[in-house]
This record gives sequence, structure tokens and C-alpha cells, in this order.
Amino acid sequence: MKLFGHKLTASAAFGMLVIALFIFICLFTPWLSPYSESANVGGTWDEPSMKMVFGADQIGRDMLTRMMYGSRMTIGVALAITTLSFLIGILTGLVSAVLGGWVDIFFTRLVDVMLSIPSLIFALIILGVFGSSIPTLIMTIAVLDSTRVFRLSRALGINLRVMEYVEAARLRGEGLWWVITREILPNAWAPLVSEFGLRFCFNFLFIAGLSFLGLGIQPPYADLGGMVRENADAINFGMMAPIYPATAIALLTVSVNLVVDWMLSIDARPSGAQAEL
Amino acid sequence: MDDSTILHISGLRLESVAGNVIVDNIHLQLQRGEVLGLIGESGAGKSSIGLSSMCYARAGVHIAAGAIVLGGIDIRTLEAEGRRQLRGKRIAYIAQSAAAAFNPAHSLMDQVCEAPVLHWLMTRPEAESWARELFTALDLPDPQNFGKRFPHQVSGGQLQRAMAAMAMSCRPDVLVLDEPTTALDVTTQIEVLILLKSLIRQYNTAALYITHDLAVVAQVADRIKVLRHGKEVEEGLTEQILHHATQEYTARLVAVRGAAASERASAATVMPETVLSIQDCHAYYGDFHVVRGVSLDVKKGETVAVVGESGSGKSTLARVVTGLLPPKSGTISFQGAPLPASLELRSKELKRRIQLVYQIPDVAINPRQSLLDIVGRPVEFYFATRRDEMLERAKELMKLVELPEDFLARKPGQLSGGQKQRVCIARALAAKPELIILDEPTSALDPLVAEEILTLLRKLQGELGLSYILITHDLDVVHRIAHRTAVMLQGQFVAFDQTDRIFDQPDHPYTQRLITAVPEMRVDWLDQVLAKRAAA
Repeated sequence: MKLFGHKLTASAAFGMLVIALFIFICLFTPWLSPYSESANVGGTWDEPSMKMVFGADQIGRDMLTRMMYGSRMTIGVALAITTLSFLIGILTGLVSAVLGGWVDIFFTRLVDVMLSIPSLIFALIILGVFGSSIPTLIMTIAVLDSTRVFRLSRALGINLRVMEYVEAARLRGEGLWWVITREILPNAWAPLVSEFGLRFCFNFLFIAGLSFLGLGIQPPYADLGGMVRENADAINFGMMAPIYPATAIALLTVSVNLVVDWMLSIDARPSGAQAEL
Repeated sequence: MDDSTILHISGLRLESVAGNVIVDNIHLQLQRGEVLGLIGESGAGKSSIGLSSMCYARAGVHIAAGAIVLGGIDIRTLEAEGRRQLRGKRIAYIAQSAAAAFNPAHSLMDQVCEAPVLHWLMTRPEAESWARELFTALDLPDPQNFGKRFPHQVSGGQLQRAMAAMAMSCRPDVLVLDEPTTALDVTTQIEVLILLKSLIRQYNTAALYITHDLAVVAQVADRIKVLRHGKEVEEGLTEQILHHATQEYTARLVAVRGAAASERASAATVMPETVLSIQDCHAYYGDFHVVRGVSLDVKKGETVAVVGESGSGKSTLARVVTGLLPPKSGTISFQGAPLPASLELRSKELKRRIQLVYQIPDVAINPRQSLLDIVGRPVEFYFATRRDEMLERAKELMKLVELPEDFLARKPGQLSGGQKQRVCIARALAAKPELIILDEPTSALDPLVAEEILTLLRKLQGELGLSYILITHDLDVVHRIAHRTAVMLQGQFVAFDQTDRIFDQPDHPYTQRLITAVPEMRVDWLDQVLAKRAAA
């Protein structure tokens, strides 16, 4: 099977299938879920049954329903963070690369400072001070994460800035915006898109991690990381409850990585090509 | 096949991973001490054949059929280890770009001695003394200590010779020389050529000499094989190929060089008014004084060539004129009015009037834009035209540079090198400029394609009354389209006069050296140069 003129590997196909499934579920959760988000329909940690496929959570809500809403929330937030961080990172990175001089020094030093502080600690401080609402969460992590996007897009921009077609545009008298959007960005898409996939994974895990620590998405909203924490005690009784949301986290992360791996292999040389020795 | 045959390739066929045939049905035979020239355009398969003589294929290519017999052994039947034993020891390779082929982290001696020690031919001290002998034979400075230097500490020509020493370090039976002088300046090229030739003679090594320059190969090769699109066009003795080619393609390759002597730029297009005038211009990169007091003027409809070797400052001069590098001192005036030094200070209108055509068309146009975007953008940008007018103008421009209109929908990746250069010219013309700076416009192109571009440039000059500043190292090109020529050496003009006068009565010794260093399409040219030197 081929996609965009490139041969699709089995692992990439699997990854795409899983991602498609997650997207479908996230888009149509209210119609697909058996119960409403916070309805108590059973007892604490009820065993899986025909009524509740994955059993019930710590206060008797349907695990499958919670996982659907949880995925929707966690994925949505992670996607918003990644998109925002790419907007900030690409813009500052490319402006920095093209203009150089003081602008470049300002942004790179700022990023150096931000990168010197562990991001989890940084996020904990900000969220501790400003409280953990969803917009604060998105803004904080997006800004933190944009430092890495900045580094990548600045590096790409510096390589492309010296190309003669960019010089030709400058000689013509084109402005900064044209140079960035028309001359540089189209040539930087491929690495940026695969980086988007990877950063999404990190952000997804980061959000899940924060929620697990109780600083991410707050109840009553369901989210995958929070669900692992809420149901963690079930492990002591030999019950599966926290395994389900944890598996969902792992499944999505692995799937996105499989697809990104495939995308990166497209950029490389033709498949099977090796020097004949 | 007799005993003296050292390399015998028959029925060679190379295919790409995608299944395209790159080289097909190539036969070649090499006797001891014989030099065979492989000549052809880019993409003709010359380098692939050269590498496959060592049974090596680059990533993406594989040897599909044929026998490669080196000294009686069919190396295709050997295992990888067996082939490794032969490479470097019995057959060695000299790459085009020595600068890219040497490891910058090791001294030259380490790299020259590596192969003989690795193949258990010599001990390290033996290898070193042999290397010094080779350094002496190759006329490298201070051969006793030359090996202690690192690749970045020697010049390009010296590095290329060091690479020859590396290839000779195991005294191989066969040398594969892949464009060994192409990256060098013309005055350096002749020195390297002389030394390579004497080296091959001295040690009776057989050689495959790969190049696109027929005049160069004529000096060293006993026989020449002409290739095109991966197939053999013809093979013959050098003399025979030069003077009695049986194939039309070969005849055309020979004729391109011959044409230079007969054609001259006509003075009919030159008008009295001065377009650009530079007075006593000095430009620096940091503290490095690159352009040292250059004065130049260009008239309407005139082509002024600036000739010089790499590092002479000719491209820097182009950057000064375009405003990318503001000069420290000196004045530039354009159409009588002073021209602001830096690009930021120039008006849109001034930017429009001076356009630049780059050396390497592949990187001069954005691979992600369609030709309509590339050619149409300057029209839209400078003249604020409507979309439909812009499209009309783009079609007109395509016609001017002799490309089909439907190419406008294409992306650069779908064009050949020559077509890309035409797009670059069209982009420059789109601004309706008065002055075009041509920075080595043909040096990245094959000779027959370069020929077409030159013809086009001359035609456009006649039709549109354009002025050109032509930056080049190729005296052949200068000969044919430049009305006046400036010879640049170390940031200064050593001569600036009518092209004919520069070529016919070169006053400055450097100009003389430059002109005599250009290989001529004769078998005995190099020997005559040597004889002349000996006499002097």
C-alpha cells in the first residue's frame, strides 16, 4: 500500500489506524460513550461485565466512558499545547535566524535561560502560583515547549537563510514576512512536521504526568493521567483499573512514534539503498 | 586478453534501486602504463563506471551485470573482504574534491600512510619514507615536513597532489582519476596535470581518467572513450577522437572549444552612455582586505568580464555592486546618480534595475515554488500588476528564454540544469533591469548546454540593450561574449581593456600565465608548454 507516493510499512499502518481510532473517539465521545461523563453506574472498582466493558472506577463510574472523555481531554490539551508552541517557536526561531544580530542574541539567550530550568519544576512553580486552570496549563507548557521548537526552526532557518534563492529575494527587496513564509518555511516543513509528532508525544506524556501529580487537569474532568492516579490503589487489591488508562497513554504514544519514524524514513535515501561493498 | 591487460571490464550494467539503467553494456580494456580517458556530460555515467572498476557502487546503485577483471581476477566474484584487499592496493581512486575527501582531523602523513600499513605492504617508517619520495615527485613544498600538515593548512592544488600521493602509496596497478583537476584554478590545473602525467609515466601505472573537459584529457590519455546517457558513443585514439570523430556528438563536443577562437562579441550593441561606474572601491570581510582599489565602468549594451582565480575577489566585487557588501571606501554611481552602498538604503526602483544571475541554478531558485511563482513574483513585486497581466508577462518571459509556456506549472526539480539557468535569467529579466550581474553563469553546466546559455545571453543583449558584468574564471566564455575584460589578481585589476587586446597582447605576466594555462584542443599542447618552460 502506498501513501503520498511512499510505501507504507506495517508498523506505520498500525500507528495510523490507532491514531485514527483515537481521533474518531475524541471527536464523537458524547455520542459514542455508553454513559455520561460523571454518572455513577456501579460500585467501586466493579469487575468488567457486559454492562461496563472495563469495569468501574474508584467511585463507580464507567471506566470506558471515563477513558473516552479522558482521551478527548488529554489529547485535546496536548494538541493545543503543541500547536501553540509551534506557532511561537517557528515564528521566533525563523525571525531570529533571518534577522540575526541583536534579535537573535536576545531570543537565544532567553531560550538558554529557560532551558536551564528543568521544565517540570518550572511548570510546577507556575501552576502552583497561578492555579491549574486549563488555559494556564496550555499557555505555560506551550511557552516552555516552544524553546525546543525555537532551537530546531532556528537551526533550519540558518541553513536555509544562506541559500541563494533567499538572497535573491532579499536583493529583490522582499520583506521579512515574505522571506519567512514563502522562501524558508516551505523548505523546512518536512523536519518540522515530524518534530510536531514527537513534541505532541512529549506534551501528551507531560500532561498525563502533571495530572498524575495532581497539578494538571482537575476533576471533575476526566483525563488519562489523573485516572491512573485516582485508580492507583486498585493495584493493591490485584485489580486492573489503573492499567486501562495507562495502556491508552502508551498505545497512543507508541503509535505516534511509529508514524513519525515512517515519515522520517521518507526523507532519507531510497529504501534499501546502501553502497555496494 | 594478453598478459599486459591489467583491467578488463565487459558488459557492465549499472542499475538504480528503482530499476533505472544508469550504465549499460560498457566494455573497456586497459593495458599496463596506458591511460584511458572517459569523457561525457554530467549524468553520462563516467564516475559510476570509474567506481565500478573497483567493484564499488554508490548508495542507490548496484552492479547488475558484467565482468570486472583486475589482473586476471574477476572481482565481482569475490567476497567483500577480498575486494577490500584489492582496493587501495592494486587499484586506487583519486576523487574530484580533495578538500572533501581528506579527513580534517588527521595529518596528511597519517592519511597517506594508512593504506600501505593497513594492507601489510610496508611498515610505518617505510611508508613514510615512500610518502616523502612521492611528495618530492609531486613537487610539494618542503617534502620532508609536508606530511605533518593538516588538510586545511595546504592549498587546493597541493591537497589534490597529496591525494595523488595517497593513491600511489601502495603502488597500485590502476589509478582511477575522477575529475582530478576540475575543482582547481586554471593555473593550478596545469601544474597538477603535468605532475599527474609524469607520475603515471614514471611508475608505469595504468589509469582511467574521468573528466568532462576534452582538452584536458587530450593531454594525458592514450585513448578516449566518449559516453552519453550511460552508453558508449565511441572510443578511439586521442588524436582520432579530436580530429576524425565518427559520431556527430563527439564532433560537437570538439567543436564547442573550437568555436571560441572564431566568435567575438560584436560591438554593435554598445552605446556611449555609462550605466555603472565604480571609482577606487575598497571592500573588506572583517579585517580582510578583499577588493583593493578597483575602478570599473560599464556602458549600455556592453558586457564587461571580470576574470580571476578563486579568491581573487571577483565575486566580492559582485556583492559590492548588488549592495550585499557595502564597500569601506570608493564611489559607485548608477546611470549618473550615486548608488547607495548598502542594499537597505537603495530604493525598490534601484534594486529593480540591477539583477543578479547565480552560478549554481539548483540553489538559486526555490525548489518549493512553481516557475510561475519564481518568474511572476518580480513582475508582481515591482510593477504591481494584476494576476492575469502577470501571467501574460510570465509567458512572455518564458518565450524570451526559450522555454515552453506550460513549464510555468512545474517545480525546479522537474527541470534540467540548463533549463534552471534559463529560469534564473527569466527571473532577472522579469524586473526589466538595465544591468545584470552574471556570476559564473555557465560554470555549473555541461559544455553544450553552456554554449546554448551564452547564445541566449547574447541574443537578449541585442534585443533588450542590457549591460552585463560577467564574473568568470573561464577564459573561453570571456572570449565569446565580453566586449571588455578586467583581469583580477588579489583584489586588484592587473589589466582592464578591450577583450581582443587582453588576449592578443597580454602585458601583465599574470595575464600571460592565465591565458597560456588554458588547455588547447591539441594532443601535444602540454608537451609544448613544458618545452617552452624548459627553454625559458
